Amino acid sequence: MANLNALTEFIKSGNRSKATKLTQEALDAGEVPQGILDAMVVGMDVVGERFKCNEIFVPEMLIAARAMKEAMAILEPALVKTGYKPIATAVIGTVQGDLHDIGKNLVSMMWKGASFNVVDLGVNVPAEKFVAAIKEHNATLVGLSALLTTTMPAMQTVMDAIRAEDFVGVKVLIGGAPITQNYADQIGADAFAADAASAVDAARKLLAN
Amino acid sequence: MSTHYTSLAIDDPTKLVFGHAPNPFTLRRGMVLGGGLVYPEINFTLPPMLIEAGTMNKVCTEYRQMITGVLKRAAELESPGVLVEFETLPPMTEHPDWGMQIVNILLDAMEEAHAKDGLASALRMTPNDNREMVRPPQMRSGIYWEGMLELFDRSAAAGAELLSIESVGGKELHDDALTMGDMQGSIFGLSVLGARDMKFLWTHIVEIAKRHGVHAAGDTACGFGNTAMVLAEQKMIPRVFAAVVRAVTAVRSLVAYECGAVGPGKDCGYENPILKAITGFPMSMEGKCASCAHFSPMGNLAAACCDTWSNESIQNVKLLGGMAPTMSMEQLIYDCRLMNVALGEGPKEVLKLRDWFVASDDSLDPQAYILRPDCCVQLAQAIISKDTPYTAARHVGLTAIDILRQAHADKSLKLSDRELPWLDTMTDTIQEMPDDENVLAQQVIATTEPGRFLPAEYGLTS
Ligand code: B12
Repeated sequence: MANLNALTEFIKSGNRSKATKLTQEALDAGEVPQGILDAMVVGMDVVGERFKCNEIFVPEMLIAARAMKEAMAILEPALVKTGYKPIATAVIGTVQGDLHDIGKNLVSMMWKGASFNVVDLGVNVPAEKFVAAIKEHNATLVGLSALLTTTMPAMQTVMDAIRAEDFVGVKVLIGGAPITQNYADQIGADAFAADAASAVDAARKLLAN
Repeated sequence: MSTHYTSLAIDDPTKLVFGHAPNPFTLRRGMVLGGGLVYPEINFTLPPMLIEAGTMNKVCTEYRQMITGVLKRAAELESPGVLVEFETLPPMTEHPDWGMQIVNILLDAMEEAHAKDGLASALRMTPNDNREMVRPPQMRSGIYWEGMLELFDRSAAAGAELLSIESVGGKELHDDALTMGDMQGSIFGLSVLGARDMKFLWTHIVEIAKRHGVHAAGDTACGFGNTAMVLAEQKMIPRVFAAVVRAVTAVRSLVAYECGAVGPGKDCGYENPILKAITGFPMSMEGKCASCAHFSPMGNLAAACCDTWSNESIQNVKLLGGMAPTMSMEQLIYDCRLMNVALGEGPKEVLKLRDWFVASDDSLDPQAYILRPDCCVQLAQAIISKDTPYTAARHVGLTAIDILRQAHADKSLKLSDRELPWLDTMTDTIQEMPDDENVLAQQVIATTEPGRFLPAEYGLTS
């Protein structure tokens, strides 16, 4: 039996070489891919929690995320063979006219850590591009970021474009410094999250509904 | 033509004070920057709304309301003068006609306030740097570059007396360096890419200023140092990391003055006191009155060496006291009154107030500590002791780390346990970096995914 607890620990400490080695060993030993994935996600959840409690900084969290990313690259083919589908495919981007992306990148990273399949469209993304990406990737979760008061209205434009399609079960989560729950309600977004850590909880909650 | 500073304009920390700069200058309405008075510098921005052809009337109405409100209050409070900063939003630089509509509204209102109330004022024009609207950023040509130069040129012709920008050269790699806690990446972004872009950009801005008989004021490493500060404030990166980044930003911002800028350096450049020590030019600063835009750990200390005192930016929303920009104007004026009373009393009183500003913040955060006037002189000295931005950046980084280590050891600065190991990590990183910046540049080019930045836009060959 491969030691999946140790894998959790290596993800937590961001030890890339040991995390990848152990993932391979676990696969070779016939562990169920889903079980290996769960061990990694538990590790990332702890990392996210530590970050939330101000015990670690973002660079340390990113090191864990990198270890997970590399271990995932080894695990993925086996996972796919078992018919595994990620919990959700998410499309995320900063809306048109806006170039602020540090916050968005953190949300994207946290979602990946929660084993969502994340398609990051970058910055200055027009509404059509969001809609096209939702279609192309069958996304069920959309994340919109805006940091400028003058690009907040572009969120409305994206919402209108999404609602004009007959997507089933597509949930939209918005965020950024000037954004509030009120604003989310006003433009018909499904939820607002104030920071990257709560963006994971909010997304899980939305997807569960 | 560019100057390379090899000595300090202010080498005695007791001379690095608010209201006095060794190289003051006079604006058209008689305001002397760095000449014994601190002036308020007001900046304001739009509430949530779209900027497009169809909304420009509304946009103009907002700006008219904001400028009229702030100038009226400044006149009522008998401010000796006001600096108005117009920092554009992206569409206003992309469409210089829109930007100019607002410039004219501001200048007309300033003219009227002078005619009616005798209020002296001047306009600082800060087109925003749109060059990264395309990815990878195109730094030296293209519609964004053209639009920005056009707006500089036309606003200077119309009457803007100070030209500034928050330039972004090097930021496309620096953002990741910040979130990864990567000191080598930060130094590369600031002193190799950043400094090269600054030289190119500021040579153009200085030329425009000369053509119109106005002043090339200065830049700020906002997208670097303040991004770090905001991230540290949100507990995302260590404060000591942000403090060292701040010291290194001075190397990048200095290039504007080497190219011929004369101050005041832009408000959000918290590194400005270091530059005041080197150049002797007046500087704008912001602190507690800028929390309407972002938080900082040095609300009082930031005022220690300022020549204009700013609010960074505030949205036009209604508060109980009145509109937010007017409220902000009043706060700035009261802060300036206090500093100006001290200036009127004499050098001893100035020093006393300055030291109170410093003592109220310096022991609580490394980012504040590093900007104590004595530390600024030390950092300035480190910068001018080296020949190139890259060597200066590494040296000032190490100097900053030493200052923090020492301050922690003698208990004049409190650092938390989880911050401390970062001092050693940063030291090791800086010491292990190649001595030759070209070697580093080739390493970075080889290991960065293509499409992140264009080496040729920085005069680098791969
Ligand atoms: C860093 C910064 C920049 C950097 C951006 C670097 C980058 N790659 O992103 C640079 C220098 C490039 C920049 C440029 C500009 N900026 Co700026 N910038 C900031 C600053 C200081 C911090 C933003 C930041 O990165 N915070 C750190 C991150 C981690 O926090 P965050 O973004 O809030 O994200 C968190 C949450 O909001 C949330 N979240 C974010 N996105 C999402 C998405 C989802 C789906 C969810 C669930 C959650 C979520 O989770 C994140 C992590 O916890 C803010 C100040 C502020 N108060 O926010 C100004 C600020 C936003 N900028 C401002 C301005 C004016 C500009 C410029 C126009 C300046 C100019 N004139 O040149 C340009 C505009 C460029 C453009 N077209 O977008 C103003 C906006 C004013 C207004 N009218 O709205 C601000 C408020 C500062 C100010 N002057 O008052 N800026």
